Formats: sequence, C-alpha cells, structure tokens
Amino acid sequence: MSIEVRQLSKRFGDFVALDQVDLRVDDGELLALLGPSGCGKTTLLRMIAGLDRPDAGQILFAGQDATTRHVSERQVGFVFQHYALFRHMTVFDNVAFGLSVKPRATRPGKAEIRDRVMSLLKLVQLDWLAGAYPAQLSGGQRQRVALARSLAVEPKVLLLDEPFGALDAKVRKDLRRWLRDLHDQIHLTSVFVTHDQEEALEVSDRVVVMNHGRIEQVGAPDDIYENPASPFVTHFLGDVNLFHGRVEAGSLTIGPFAHAVHGLDDAERAVAYVRPHDLDITWVADGALAQGRVAHIHAVGPLVRLELQRDDGAAIEVALPKERYRELGITPGDVVYVKPRKLAVFPGGADYAI
Amino acid sequence: MSLFNRQYSMLPGFGLAFGVSLFWLGLIVILPFAALIVSTAGMGFTAFAHTLADSRVLASIRLSFASSFYAALINAAFGLLVAWVLVRYPFPGRRLFDAMIDLPFALPTAVAGIALTSLYAPSGLIGQWLDPLGVKVAFAPLGIVVALTFIGLPFVVRTVEPVLQGLERELEEAASCLGASRWQIVFRVVLPALLPSLLTGVALAFARGAGEYGSVIFIAGNIPRVSEIAPLIIVAKLDQYDLHGATAVAVVMLGISFICLLLINGLQWRVARRQGAGR
Repeated sequence: MSIEVRQLSKRFGDFVALDQVDLRVDDGELLALLGPSGCGKTTLLRMIAGLDRPDAGQILFAGQDATTRHVSERQVGFVFQHYALFRHMTVFDNVAFGLSVKPRATRPGKAEIRDRVMSLLKLVQLDWLAGAYPAQLSGGQRQRVALARSLAVEPKVLLLDEPFGALDAKVRKDLRRWLRDLHDQIHLTSVFVTHDQEEALEVSDRVVVMNHGRIEQVGAPDDIYENPASPFVTHFLGDVNLFHGRVEAGSLTIGPFAHAVHGLDDAERAVAYVRPHDLDITWVADGALAQGRVAHIHAVGPLVRLELQRDDGAAIEVALPKERYRELGITPGDVVYVKPRKLAVFPGGADYAI
Repeated sequence: MSLFNRQYSMLPGFGLAFGVSLFWLGLIVILPFAALIVSTAGMGFTAFAHTLADSRVLASIRLSFASSFYAALINAAFGLLVAWVLVRYPFPGRRLFDAMIDLPFALPTAVAGIALTSLYAPSGLIGQWLDPLGVKVAFAPLGIVVALTFIGLPFVVRTVEPVLQGLERELEEAASCLGASRWQIVFRVVLPALLPSLLTGVALAFARGAGEYGSVIFIAGNIPRVSEIAPLIIVAKLDQYDLHGATAVAVVMLGISFICLLLINGLQWRVARRQGAGR
C-alpha cells in the first residue's frame, strides 16, 4: 500500500517538529527517514502510524484520506526502538496478541492462531523461544519478536522507529541485513527511522534526509551520497573537509590556490566540501585546494588516514589508498598540498553545523 | 562452596552487614514476637482455648480482618485510579494533590478517627444525608471500613505509582497498533504489568488495617460483637490486667496476619517471577 503525506505540519509549543512536509512512499518500497535527533523524523513516522495527530496536512493510505483514522484501524505494524514487548506474556503470546484481540467474528481459531504465530516465529528464526518471556531474551531477539508481533496482524504498512538503535554494533549490522532480506521476501511497504547514515544507505531503497522539520533531499542511497543537494546532507552523510573561498571565472580560489570547477556562477563566498577519500596529496601546488603539514598518520587497514594541519590551525582529513601512500613517501612534518578528485561546491559562506 | 553464592563487589563487608541485619531483625521483629508466644505458652492450652472461645473475641477478630479486607479492596480500585491520575495527567495543583496522599501516613490516627466520626455521625456533614436513607456509617462496621480505607490509601498509591511511572506508554501504543481496544489495553496490557505492585500495596494496606487502632475506635462505636475490633479487645484485656488473655488474642492475630501476608507474597512472587525473571 502506498503512503502519501501532504503538507504535514506539527508544532510542540514553540518547537516546529514538522514544517509542511510532502512525501510519497511507493507500494512495496523500503524507505529510510534519516536525520539528526530533533529533525522530525520520528514525529513523521508516528503521524503515519496515527500515534500523533498533525496540526495541519493530510495522510493518505493507498490514495484514501487516513488523517483522522484511529491507530487501531490503520493496519500499520509499528516497531519501537525499545521493543515495547509485553513483559507478562511469553514470546508466543506477544506475537499472538494482535490476533487474540480481534472481535470474535473475525478472530481466527486457536489452531489457526497457533499456526500463524509459529510460522512468524520461524520467519524471525525464534520458534525455539516461543515459551520464553521477553526478560529472558537478548536485545536482538526481542526486536525480532517485536517485528513478528507487528507482522502477525498482516499490516499494510510496516513502520520502524530506530529499530536497531538500542543494539550493539555487531547485532545491529546482522539485523539490518536480515531486515533487508526479509523485506525482499515479503515486499511490505516499510518506513524506518534512523540517525545512522550507514544504516539508511545500506538497507533502504530510497533515503529521505530530514533536518529541522523539513525534507532536505530524497533519493536512492548512492544518488544521495554522490550528489548531496545541500551542505547539510553532505555533512550528515559522512566526514567531510570544508574549504572556504570564492568562485571566479570557472575556478575556485582559496587564498593563493585555484582549482578549476565547471558550470558554477561567480560567487563572492563559496564552500567546497570534500570527503577524505576524495582528496589526493601532491607535492605541487597546481590545482590544489590548500596546503598543510602532516600531523598524524594512521596506517592501519586498507586506507591510510592522514591528518594535515593548515596554517590557521584547521585540520584536513585525507584517506589514501595504501599504494598511493607508499608511492608518495610522506612522513610526519612534511608540508604537502591537497587536491580533490571530487568536490561539492555550495555558494554562500555559512558553515553548516550539525 | 559458598552458601550465599557471593560475587566480587566494590563494597565488601557482606559478612558484617548480613550479621548486623540478622541481629537487627532478631532484636526488632523476631524477639517481641517470640516473647509474645512464650508469654502465651505460659497460660496453658485450656486457658488459651477458653479465651478464644469467647464469642466476643471471635467476632472482633472476624470483624478486624473482614473490614480491613474490604478496605483493602476499595483501596485497590481507587488507589490505582489515584496513582493513574497522578502519573498520567499533568494538572494544576498536582503537587498539592500528591502531598495530600501522604496525609493518612503522617496524621496521628486519632485525629483521623475524630475527623471521620464528626463527618459520618448522624449529625455530621455526610452522616446527616446518609442517616435518613438508613445507612449508618459511624458507630457501625461500615465506619470501620471507612476509617481503614482512609488509612490504607497511601500504601496502594505509593507502591503502584513508581511502577506506573516506569510503564512505557509505548506498550499501550504497541497494543493499539495491533488493534486492541481501550478496554483490552487496560485489562490485558496495563493491569497485568501493575499487578505485582498492586498486590504489594493491597497487602500492606490490609496488614495495616488489621492492626489499626487509633482511627477506628472513635468511629466504630465499639459495640461488643458488632463493631468491636480485635486490637480493642487486647487493650481492654490489658486494662483488666489480663495479660495472658491479651497475648492470646495477639498471637491469633499474628498468626492470621502472617498467613495472609505469606499467601499474598506467594501470589506476588508467582506473578513477578514470570515478568521480571533475570531483569
């Protein structure tokens, strides 16, 4: 089922949680809402679920207005960050809950409930824990039970609020891969909220980057990563170096350095954003963005991380392939130049702080 | 092999702390009870049986436990409601409301007794309306239930409150997403989660009620076999220098209270074991 959000707004006192947000989630898609805390992503998710009411705007499920529909009638599965399992019920009873609260006329029989619950528990690979209580499970297991529970009522939409936020790194990685596989199996329209860009980029079909109650950019993960539409998105998707300068006659000028850029209008102030692995180091100033003194070298792993210090004290981070690093023969204290292989230039001088 | 399965701790001193606790429990709790039992044992079984066979004594014991049972039940319902309102709804004057819950704890019980009596006496503010209806509260067993309800309220509210505070709203939201109605959420999600603490609060209110003296004697009217509570019988026997008779009644009360508390604790343990295992 597709979801459409039109001009959705919500304020909490003076705080604007959502500011006229428009969004479309296609049928069968796995969409990530990505942003820093307080950006409105969870509020948006909760409104789609019907757990919060918008101040203005509309929510449509499969083209039908569902804005005022009660949570229990929206047929959404919701997975909470802290699982929200019923502690006094076994895993089995937790998963069966949604079926057992149905009105008698539509409630499946005992045997049918049993079959459905057990097949769901098999799907989340926890059928062997049917008789356990939530307190006896690990975090990852609890979240899988929560997922099975939300799937039991055959929702038309699955909503996940930071589903892996409370888990440790290893479990988190396993679970998100597993979620992706699960989605490929059942093709349920799903929206999940996260503040972890890696998670969003790895799992989803499309990513929605949000900030201050607005959508900054919507797109496929690689598209967003390669072509960020704003300084905020650039910043949020990973480490980035900033170079302040101006655009003049097709080149970006930073102090004594000039780097050719194409298709940009002249601008008095501009900021170039370059990811550490998009920077190369050279011994010559031609086409460089800046110079710096090598302060630290971390040579563990396939990428060598170098920290350069500019004259004004600012740091530049560079990630070089090992071969390139060996070829250059850099040692700490050397003064080198950095040259971008790829950069994003945004006019205007404002630093984008997160 | 260690009896207590001790673990390494930042704060050592288990042996000393355990020893002192045991000694303290013995001195403050067990020793008086033991003295009571020893003193009763001195009177011989015939005298003991004779004291208890008195219909006035039996009626008083029955009244004490029955009225505190009803009061505890009333407190279970309304204490839960009060705790719910206090935790869930922000409203002006909540702090004042919250502070008032503790009044029955803090007030001298005699003050409560006098206040309730003046309210519920046939000429009192509430009593004057109930009297024509034939409802007698003051100087009747019903008055005892009223006094014990007053006394027991904070026990239920204060034990349920913290648990309710810790109960995530997400549980209700999750249940709602799964299609549960409001009643289903209350009876299948919220109440079961509160049950262990509610049982504790009710047990405390019940135990306190069974032993309550000060507030009850004013409102009860103390009519033998009708509205005379067991603690009053004990005091009356002491007044007549019948120490053995007093301790005999006391021992029976102790026994019944102990059994009631054990039962409630057992129930509570069963409920809690399912929910909290390993937490």
